[in-house]
Amino acid sequence: MEKQQHSSGSESPVLPPVPRKPRSLGGVIPAPRQDSVDLPDSPTGSHVEWCKQLIAATISSQISGGSVPPEAITREYKVGKKIDFKVSRRTNLRQAFKDVRRQAPMDEVPLVPGETVKTTVKDVMYICPFTGAVTGTLTVTDYKLYFVSLERDAPYILDVNLGAISRLETISVQSLGENTSGMEIVCKDMRSQRFAYKKEEQSNLEILEVLTKYAFPLSNELSLFAFQYKEQFPEDGWKVYDPVSEYKRMGLPNESWTISKINSNYEVCDTYPALLVTPTSIKEDEIKRVASFRVKHRIPVLSWIHPETQATIVRCSQPMVGPTDRRCKEDEHYLQTIIDANAQSHKLTIFDARQSIVAENHKAKDGGFENENFYSNMDLNFLDIPNIHVMRESLRKLKEVVYPTIDEPHWHSAIDATHWLQYIRLLLAGAVKIADKVESSKSSVVVHCSDGWDRTAQLTSLSMLMLDSYYRTLRGFQVLLEKEWISFGHKFAARVGHGDENHANSERSPLFVQFIDCVWQMMRQFPTAFEFNELFLITILDHLYSCLFGTFLYNSEQERVENEVNSKTVSLWSYVNSQPEDFTNPFYVDYENHVLYPVASLRHLELWVGYYVRWNPRMRPQMPVHQNLKELLYLRAELQRKVEELQKEASSSHSISSSSEHAYSPSNGGTPLHTSV
Amino acid sequence: MLSLGGVGAKSTKPSFVSYVTPEEIKLEKEPPKKEIHPDLLPGEVEFCSANPILKYTQDDLSQRGIFGTLFCTNFRITFISDEISQEETTKTFKNKLYGENDIPLMCVDHIYGVYDEKRKLITGGLVKNKYPSKMIFHCKDLRVFQFCLTYTKEEDAKRIFHGIAHHCLEEKSLKCVFAFSYTGTPSPEMQRKRETILFDSPEDWTQEMKRTKANCRLVTENENFDLSQRLPKYFVIPSALGDLFSYQGKGFPIWCWSHHSGCALFKASLPPVTQEDGDIQKHVDIMINAVAHNYLYSAKTEDLSESLPTIQDIQQSYNKFKQFFLIENSTDFWLSDMKWFSSLESSGWLDIIRQCLQKAVEVVECLEKENTNVLITEEDGTDLCCVISSLVQIMLDPYYRTLMGFQSLVQKEWVAGCHSFLDRCNHLHQKDKECHSPVFLLFLECVWQLVQQHSPAFQFSETYLTVLSDSVHVPVFSTFLFNSPHHRESVMKAESPLAQSSQLSCPTVWDWSVQFDSKAQNFFFNPLYSEKVKNERAVRKPHKLKHQRQLSLPSTAFKTPFKKGFFKDETESLKKMLRVKRLSRWIGSPDSSAAISREFYESWQQRPLDYHGLLLPCLDGLAVRVWMQRYLRWIPEVHILGGGSMAVITKIMDLLSQVQDLKRVLEHSRDSSQAAKLDHSPYIQHRLLSFGSSGRLSSSFPFSFSRNQSFKPIIPTGLMQCLMVTDSLASQEDEASSFVSLV
Repeated sequence: MEKQQHSSGSESPVLPPVPRKPRSLGGVIPAPRQDSVDLPDSPTGSHVEWCKQLIAATISSQISGGSVPPEAITREYKVGKKIDFKVSRRTNLRQAFKDVRRQAPMDEVPLVPGETVKTTVKDVMYICPFTGAVTGTLTVTDYKLYFVSLERDAPYILDVNLGAISRLETISVQSLGENTSGMEIVCKDMRSQRFAYKKEEQSNLEILEVLTKYAFPLSNELSLFAFQYKEQFPEDGWKVYDPVSEYKRMGLPNESWTISKINSNYEVCDTYPALLVTPTSIKEDEIKRVASFRVKHRIPVLSWIHPETQATIVRCSQPMVGPTDRRCKEDEHYLQTIIDANAQSHKLTIFDARQSIVAENHKAKDGGFENENFYSNMDLNFLDIPNIHVMRESLRKLKEVVYPTIDEPHWHSAIDATHWLQYIRLLLAGAVKIADKVESSKSSVVVHCSDGWDRTAQLTSLSMLMLDSYYRTLRGFQVLLEKEWISFGHKFAARVGHGDENHANSERSPLFVQFIDCVWQMMRQFPTAFEFNELFLITILDHLYSCLFGTFLYNSEQERVENEVNSKTVSLWSYVNSQPEDFTNPFYVDYENHVLYPVASLRHLELWVGYYVRWNPRMRPQMPVHQNLKELLYLRAELQRKVEELQKEASSSHSISSSSEHAYSPSNGGTPLHTSV
Repeated sequence: MLSLGGVGAKSTKPSFVSYVTPEEIKLEKEPPKKEIHPDLLPGEVEFCSANPILKYTQDDLSQRGIFGTLFCTNFRITFISDEISQEETTKTFKNKLYGENDIPLMCVDHIYGVYDEKRKLITGGLVKNKYPSKMIFHCKDLRVFQFCLTYTKEEDAKRIFHGIAHHCLEEKSLKCVFAFSYTGTPSPEMQRKRETILFDSPEDWTQEMKRTKANCRLVTENENFDLSQRLPKYFVIPSALGDLFSYQGKGFPIWCWSHHSGCALFKASLPPVTQEDGDIQKHVDIMINAVAHNYLYSAKTEDLSESLPTIQDIQQSYNKFKQFFLIENSTDFWLSDMKWFSSLESSGWLDIIRQCLQKAVEVVECLEKENTNVLITEEDGTDLCCVISSLVQIMLDPYYRTLMGFQSLVQKEWVAGCHSFLDRCNHLHQKDKECHSPVFLLFLECVWQLVQQHSPAFQFSETYLTVLSDSVHVPVFSTFLFNSPHHRESVMKAESPLAQSSQLSCPTVWDWSVQFDSKAQNFFFNPLYSEKVKNERAVRKPHKLKHQRQLSLPSTAFKTPFKKGFFKDETESLKKMLRVKRLSRWIGSPDSSAAISREFYESWQQRPLDYHGLLLPCLDGLAVRVWMQRYLRWIPEVHILGGGSMAVITKIMDLLSQVQDLKRVLEHSRDSSQAAKLDHSPYIQHRLLSFGSSGRLSSSFPFSFSRNQSFKPIIPTGLMQCLMVTDSLASQEDEASSFVSLV
């Protein structure tokens, strides 16, 4: 967000929130967009804005080929579309917003419903690593830190969600004078900010305290902001995922697999969801004995079943083999049942995500891996993926490389040295292997790592994404996350550290970020296969940290039920699904049953500059052609509509000219401009 | 480390397992005894052939071979399979001159021979020795061919090996190039009217001056190359320059392009060093004065040989770079994948591209922001000068971003501009390595970066650029065959002293119908090109002011009051500058200059993007990329089935055609009622393409095809080698069983 606002303009954004009509999505910008997504100075915001500029350029040229004067069509866009793209009208809007800006004082802080200002400090200097120091007003609310400077021609705005803050530190700013204190904010989303402010004023002493209190509410006996957030959305995101209907979509239950309620009180496994799919023939007491043989009682359960071959992806944690090579008859039988459930193959492949050496070491610590002598018909495959600590370190190095400055001449080798992309490659390659086993060899697979909630979730969800085109839709992806990640107990709270000030906690690790990065890499390789776009992925990652929505809070389904997350917080999907057009990929072609195999070669992997380096104004992502097409789609829709109209007109033998004039009339139906202001 | 279930067979190298045994071939070989011959082009002569030759195929994971006959002609090396292949007919993007199993002789980069499992580079000296068991061809278009000679009769193998080595590796004379034997007739398809401007007539230059509103003088004195053989036949100089006959035609500021403000870009070679110092200085002064006189009495010079890599650096870097793409087998590929980014960086190729674009941006800044004339110089003025001046013109002038405009630019700056294609591309396999350098390719690389970053601004596609880069090595066209227009003319005259008409049997590369049918040519167009709405001229409007402003004080960094002693001051300072070689703000460390032009870039970036206005490349970090299409198209390991940019293009094409259809319906109904006149956009109609909505095209489309469209994924090997674990994964053993169900 450290980008100076364009004077050339951007429509939605810097405006202070004016009373809005709830629920009319047409022109109204729902609140979250204002604070994190669509703010013009936020990278995503500027990205959107930029995309729009391009589209505006494209559309005019496309239209020019047609028979209608461009002016007429542009105007018609303003009127014609219900869910307006806000592009075609931008020229007029810009002017209009300029006026608005003059009226509203710029230093007013836009707030989301439920948000309250905690402190405001004037004359704070923000030391921007890109554009130099600016002085302005710093406001801390219970949700964000908001800095406005009116020093320059265009207002300079910095907006940081408190949830994204990893740690706060005082820094020495001697050079700015004796009475100045400095503060550094280190964020989880690959940036840091430095502020300097005068010591003398009493109120200023509070900044750091207030900030600490609200940035780390859980460490200060406060609740997360998601519980205060009061936005209403027309869509209810909590209804996106219903396990029973999702299993039903896969054709479950069937004769071999059943939806078991054995864990409905989270008694068998407290980190698993209430509903599990287990082999029909396995008795309850058998399951319990298997549970005692698997770490954290995470028994093998079905994640996905191939609609044709009945080959399954099963996930679990490592078996507690221990140094003495313990056996568990029930576990062996359980896996044999999984093989038997698939008539197409008499083999089972176990993918252990770990490096074999590490797995060997785990044996000493009562963990281990399936011994092929005891488990007949089984192949064990190590995918060699390092653990969460390695990944955390890799991302930390990556931040050093990309923020704040980039060492141009050694950029490539610096990226190489972080190994981040090599790990992405390992993950993709592992997922491809799993998907290939299921698709080509038609054999069932069991995936586990140590606990079965980190690498396992990464691998199963990636391979499911490759195998099942449903998960590549906007809704389907939400279901995938809700299922494989959220319900199966990826420890979001521990890995992200929501509201917790202990930034050095070794439980923290960017595994989910890594997964989303893999999805992005797949999207780059298959630009038409995904219904959602890059903005969707960035939005997910932003709200992974923001604590605005309840979606990613807590470690397990059990915790979420205890804390009544569904009733007390808003789901991220409520926001997303209330304006899906922003998150859809115009290139999307439904590949239906096509399996996607991304190429796990570094030649096709790339650093996700649009996410990791987005704070650097110089690295503003190059315009993806994507948005370009959106306008073409609209153009087609418009033409289609016009053709229909003309046909109607023709049939009722009306003069065509009068009808089209009518359609282009700008006064028709109130301009969207009014609704959005 | 545990391997897959311990199923034995520790095959770390999964290469070449399932080749057919010689016995089997014998059996298969018996029935078809009839002679096979390649379809020869007009003028093509077959030298020698050998059968059976095993060609290794790379394009599916089970590496197998195909038996067939290998031919060597005066145009190409060609392999004809014994099996009848069906793919050829279905191919939409077929080159009419050479197919996927043809290697034009000029396109051969290196030949390696495998002797007792050891790979040796074949040079002239080795040819005398015994023939290798395997020949590996590295082509200039980055294809790799491997032919096995062990199944061939000894004398056949010897003959073909020596024949190929002779025709590909021995230094030869220009007359032996196939272009002089080629007798193909220009196809009637070639439309004459929308032709590329060749800049071989005074009219072309006058027209170009008129188009850019240049205030310069056309020189026709070199019509017979009396002034210099290293100068174009016709060229344009500042009108203030009088004396043309000094220094053997070296050191003239030659006009490239005029900015709408009135300032212009000039390029010059350096005057010969043998002259006395004072003389040179005097000449340089005159030169700069003439340039400065063009507009507002301001000029900047930049010696490109000082600030950019030498052509040898370029050659070296490219040699390193291309090795990453000349992949012979899967194992090599995955090994080289480990340190991909570091190797990229160490080759320095991307950095050279960045430097060229950076320099071009600096020149653009002078022209656009400071409105000063710019003179770029270089030893010969025909290498980096061409790169920079062409890039500047593409960034500033939307005309050069159209297909015809771009081709005209290549003619103007490169072909007419005396770039030594023959020497730089080493068409004749000369041993002298000094003068080889892929300068033109470097230029195309830079253009590709621009195309990739601002796709809607360009009418042509990356496929066009890739094809153009290949066409340099197709010995049918005269365009890239000579060192200068003089060279071309003298060779042409010597070749056909009789009729003037017959000498034109060498087509120009711009006649794309020689290589591709019109359907394939559609791939040259960018479906996302945003055409200019109405009058393209609108952008170049506001320069009527020029003449008035010429009298007022210049607003540039180069301010000098207009007074009597002006010229002295001017030359004095200019002299100093020339000694330092860098002008005004170019003085100082490269860092600071980069910082200033970054400012220029950023201020440009702040403005809304106009695809028909100034276009600047982003040069930060990963913004300079590898030209995937060109470099990865032949490597099956990186083909994304159903993905890549082709998936997008297909979608756009679909949509465009739908929009077109709808428009037509609309117009039709309008016409019937109103009889309105409709101005149809011609391009969109032209480019409508249907790839079939299979969605399963590979990312390498339209260049290479996956033969058996298997959905088998590519699974990398040795993933962890670069990280910490040493043993590679042996995971593929049992996958052979699944093959049956797949095919």
